[in-house]
Amino acid sequence: MSIFSGLLGRTRSLRLSRLGQDGTEIRPDKALVPAASIAGRALVTVVAIMTFLASLTAGGAIMIADASRGWQDQVAHEMTIQIRPTGGRDIEADADKAAQIARKTSGVAAVRPYTKVQSEALLEPWLGSNLDLSELPVPRLIVVALDPETRLDAAALQRRLAEAVPGATVDDHRLWIERLAIMAKTVVLAAAVIFALVLTAMFLAVAFATRGAMAGNREIIEILHFVGAADDYISRQFQRHFFRLGLRGGALGGGAAIVAFFAASTLSNWLRATPSGDQVDVMFGDFALGPNVYGAIILIAACIALVTGFVSRVIVFRHLRDLT
Amino acid sequence: MVRFENVGLRYGMGAEILKDISFSIEPQSFQFLTGPSGAGKTTLLRLILLSLRPTRGLITLFGRDALSLDKGAITDLRRRIGVVFQDFRLLDHLTTYENVALPLRVRGKDEASYRGEVMELLRWVGLGDRMHILPPVLSGGEKQRAVIARALIVRPELLLADEPTGNVDPNLARRLLRLFTELHKSGTSVVIATHDLGLMDQFDNARRLVLGDGRLHIFD
Repeated sequence: MSIFSGLLGRTRSLRLSRLGQDGTEIRPDKALVPAASIAGRALVTVVAIMTFLASLTAGGAIMIADASRGWQDQVAHEMTIQIRPTGGRDIEADADKAAQIARKTSGVAAVRPYTKVQSEALLEPWLGSNLDLSELPVPRLIVVALDPETRLDAAALQRRLAEAVPGATVDDHRLWIERLAIMAKTVVLAAAVIFALVLTAMFLAVAFATRGAMAGNREIIEILHFVGAADDYISRQFQRHFFRLGLRGGALGGGAAIVAFFAASTLSNWLRATPSGDQVDVMFGDFALGPNVYGAIILIAACIALVTGFVSRVIVFRHLRDLT
Repeated sequence: MVRFENVGLRYGMGAEILKDISFSIEPQSFQFLTGPSGAGKTTLLRLILLSLRPTRGLITLFGRDALSLDKGAITDLRRRIGVVFQDFRLLDHLTTYENVALPLRVRGKDEASYRGEVMELLRWVGLGDRMHILPPVLSGGEKQRAVIARALIVRPELLLADEPTGNVDPNLARRLLRLFTELHKSGTSVVIATHDLGLMDQFDNARRLVLGDGRLHIFD
């Protein structure tokens, strides 16, 4: 028997079961911070946009890093021997000799000399197709595919070629590889900076929204204090609310980013047989978005929701401390 | 239980609105805090509740120096105090039931453990059929009763009531005063701030703390 019925002698039938079974009437988990008092829709939109931009940045960086690795692998497994025409020498014979030397070298998987016609065809994009190139000293190229299992001694090959074929040079593409590596690192670094800026902007937006919510709910906070709520309890009320907003914004932004990447991938497949599709293929491979890109987007959305809740909690704690 | 020694309060650089306030509230005591409107009754209650800090003096609450407590300790002390605000201070987006259950909810109690008691108290204060109504729909008297129920639900050691009968009819005022006296008999110290002489006359034995010109006069 409770204190009230005991004190006042007014024990009444409580009819608990009727009320208890009515889930719409008693709401023990009803939010203490009214959702309408927080600029929720605006914050969800901001978080969604930020998540979308962060996902695009991260996805783009991952894609370029993957493509860069592909380019580097591709280039690193090839080298080129160039035979420059020199006076009094038969360039065809020199090319054959250089190809034979390359074939006999350990670490070479395949040798593909370019014929005169093929070499001249390489100049067509720059000089046009109607030009007679027979008078020009067009160098001859020999593409050497390297055996990934055996290490090639490029210096020794260079020496042997220099002795047998004056005017032959070996290009192992190291300069290209280094430039590609630098470019890829620069792109990834730029993406990281953009990502950090986007996250900072989002944190600030969440912080402003939390401060606004705290100011708008000052009386509620005061009442909660008076009825014995600890700061931790009050901050959890706000954190839960902002976490939900962050989750919604993250899901929307991340979902939009996944759709955008999926649409780009589909478009790339449609354009595959066209010249512009070939350009995209050259730049980004087959534009295949692996699970790592989708995983990163989901991770970003989840992190953003967590961070939104955490930032609001920190702001609420500071605000409550200032109230004291 | 509560001890004020030479407590003074001023806002900013203004004049002191409470001067050299010294009194104590003993366990299981009953007192009216009275005085004209604007005398500082609500301010004095806020000082007891530690929602205001005095500019000078010493406040001891439940045997502890209240001015050197951290926030956690202040929360613990507040949990031993029930408070009835003059301006109700109900959360408009929660139902009457949820408002009354709020002090138990913020203590982390399971809803099933207090449901019966909250409903019983609501029925006793005449709000049995208004449990699931939001405060904006309640009348002034109903809000007052809801606030009183919210203060009583935790069975506080000290009850501070600021004009608790200001918005109810005389019949209900008597009933509420009876509740306060019964609560006092069960061991709760009660401080009722009021300027209703009729209410005070119903309980002649109570101590009267009279505020005037910023000073407190005690009539035992």
